[in-house]
Amino acid sequence: MSGPSDFQPTNPALKWIERRLPIMGLVHSSFVAYPTPRNLNYWWTFGAILSMMLGLQILTGVILAMHYTPHADLAFKSIELIVRDVNYGWLLRNMHACGASMFFFAVYIHMFRGLYYGSYKEPREILWILGVIIYLLMMATGFMGYVLPWGQMSFWGATVITNLFSAVPYFGESIVTLLWGGYAVGNPTLNRFFSLHYLLPFVIAGVVVLHIWALHVAGQNNPAGVEPKTEKDTVPFTPYATIKDAFGVSCFMLFFAWFIFYMPNYLGDADNYIPANPGVTPAHIVPEWYYLPFYAILRSIPNKLAGVVAMFGAIIILAFLPWLDNARTRSSKYRPLAKQFFWIFVAVCLGLGYLGSQPPEGIYVVAGRILTVLYFAYFLILLPLLSRIEKPRPVPNSIADDVLAKHGGKVASVIVALVVAGGLLVGGTQNARADDHGVAPPANKWSFSGPLGKFDRGALQRGLKVYKEVCSACHGLSYVAFRNLAEAGGPGYSVAQAAAFASDYKIKDGPDDKGEMFERAGRPADYFPSPFPNENAARAANGGAAPPDLSLITKARSYKRGFPMFLIDFFTQYQEQGPDYVDAVLQGYEDKPPAGFTLPEGAYYNKYFPGHAIKMPKPLSDGQVTYDDGSPATVAQYAKDVTTFLMWTAEPHMEARKRLGLQVFVFLILLTGLLYFTKKKVWANAH
Amino acid sequence: MWPLVAQMNPDAATIAAGAPIEVDLTPIAVGQDIKVFWRGKPIYISHRTEKQIKEAQNVPLASLPDPQADSARVKPGKDQWLVVVGICTHLGCIPIAHEGNYDGFFCPCHGSQYDSSGRIRQGPAPANLPVPPYTFVSDTKIQIG
Repeated sequence: MSGPSDFQPTNPALKWIERRLPIMGLVHSSFVAYPTPRNLNYWWTFGAILSMMLGLQILTGVILAMHYTPHADLAFKSIELIVRDVNYGWLLRNMHACGASMFFFAVYIHMFRGLYYGSYKEPREILWILGVIIYLLMMATGFMGYVLPWGQMSFWGATVITNLFSAVPYFGESIVTLLWGGYAVGNPTLNRFFSLHYLLPFVIAGVVVLHIWALHVAGQNNPAGVEPKTEKDTVPFTPYATIKDAFGVSCFMLFFAWFIFYMPNYLGDADNYIPANPGVTPAHIVPEWYYLPFYAILRSIPNKLAGVVAMFGAIIILAFLPWLDNARTRSSKYRPLAKQFFWIFVAVCLGLGYLGSQPPEGIYVVAGRILTVLYFAYFLILLPLLSRIEKPRPVPNSIADDVLAKHGGKVASVIVALVVAGGLLVGGTQNARADDHGVAPPANKWSFSGPLGKFDRGALQRGLKVYKEVCSACHGLSYVAFRNLAEAGGPGYSVAQAAAFASDYKIKDGPDDKGEMFERAGRPADYFPSPFPNENAARAANGGAAPPDLSLITKARSYKRGFPMFLIDFFTQYQEQGPDYVDAVLQGYEDKPPAGFTLPEGAYYNKYFPGHAIKMPKPLSDGQVTYDDGSPATVAQYAKDVTTFLMWTAEPHMEARKRLGLQVFVFLILLTGLLYFTKKKVWANAH
Repeated sequence: MWPLVAQMNPDAATIAAGAPIEVDLTPIAVGQDIKVFWRGKPIYISHRTEKQIKEAQNVPLASLPDPQADSARVKPGKDQWLVVVGICTHLGCIPIAHEGNYDGFFCPCHGSQYDSSGRIRQGPAPANLPVPPYTFVSDTKIQIG
């Protein structure tokens, strides 16, 4: 992409092709001979990381689309089937879902890097603007992708975000109807979002090609912010940048794999494991973590239209950055004031991210307004002002000088990296569940927690018994098939035992030759039958509250962990909020509500249930279920066993996930080490 | 790499749904046949007439493109029941029963003709209609798979 290449293949066949389509020359000049500044630091590897992430998202996305059904009635189930039944479906789904977060994580670092080193300045304005366009496209793609699982957060996220357009004067309502394809978010919305979610990544890929083209015309910026002048200032892309990028990518994969294999739901919201229900909005709607700063800006402005304008403005303003910041010096390294304000700006963004996850009340609103003002002030007041008043330090004469003058500062950048990583997670994982009025359930020791966790077979078998004899009277288990009971990583029954278990059940089948429905004995391929034919029947039989299906209950329930616990959780891999909650609710019944608490008619007091008034009567009592293996027949034991069983029903392949995770980590650590030493060797004579 | 390829294979639910099925033979009169589906494939179950059985048994094997005795294609003592996968071995169309010159099946796509034992007699198909795995659970009931 940087002018005609002098690359000439020697093989006659390749020569023949090259004369007609100089594609090898193009690749050679762009990715082999291409001169790259020799002082680039690791922040510059994020370009390669992002390319890899885009490729990975497209690959896993195309595969998931082979199994996904974009229909309002089937979407949620089809994702569960991907995770449960498709070979390695759980892996592909985790890669795609966590991959979206990783993609944004990397793009934010990439953007802040550009901001810090002035990569948007002349002659790289178009390069920067193309980047802003990619970012906008990513946001649209990410949002529509989040709608596809059709859980509660998907549905209500779609409702809230599409409603943003209703703020448009005069045409607002019509635009929203147009987006929905109906009177509300529904099946047509899901269908078009799926179509666009499939299309947009390829548009992104196209703009990325332009982005790289523009990059290769202007040349890369570098930490010193001075253009390369002589041969000595640059090194060829291959092997220098290639090996460095490979090492960077490999490190990033380690970070990525931590999520895929050990914390797949850490960045997600438990509510999205509840199928979409157009009649009930979750208590706190929060977007995915990567939208939180903009969500905070939206909410901090009390006028609907102004809020929407401010939110979009906060992104669009980035495109004007090259003209807002007129300073001659590119790199903030040599701009004492800009450098400090840059870090303040990073803090403002993280602060907005945190506020976006909090409920919009009290101090959070005030803080949100202050930070919103600061966000815009940085671009509209500070940067134009700084370029007039700031006295930059002298920049080095050339990149070679910069390399020679290099000293310390590496430690600082590592610390900064950690702070940024940690800070982004702050913004990312805080669920706005502040006011659920529940008492935090006590943390239990679960056999399945941690990187080597396995299900306790005995507990699974006992839990199945408790489910069958107690819970199944009201609760379904509709994503679990009898055949699952004999699968590896499950309760450890044989195929024959699972078949025998299935044959105890009566399954409705049909129609037969005469068109009649009939009942037959269950087969291993059948799913656990639900106790009620439909939700209305379930509601009517249970005092107005439909007992939820239990297949996913341990993933669909959570509670607020609070700061700093959720940061520690990332490292300890604590992700058993769901099981802890289920276990606590089963044991949290109290005969008499505390003084001052009025229990509504037909409800029971439960210490851990949000709001404390639960419609389910105390389900378990001592001695209710007989255990054959001598385990104590107590409520505590029942609760623990059935929770373990329900954790398995929520994620039958958990053991496979953790096992494969270990193998992947061993491989990645070896690969990263190998790449590191290769990189050192390659760069030995360049420093 | 392997997960990216393995995901294309049938998923666990599809495999589980491919379990054996039972078919009651009582409603099928002599000379009639029914079509049932097993693993997404049509299975023809024919209640053959005496004439059809005779024809199938008396053909000289040497004259067949894919020589196979009729006795190898039905269960012993159950000569009247022919169970074959109704998918033309040429390119996968479904042959029509009771058509063609051999009292068997005729494939409308490219004109392959099968006899009353489901063996290829004429046309581009290279092989006989395959016999699916099945057993007689009782005199009037078979289990396919």
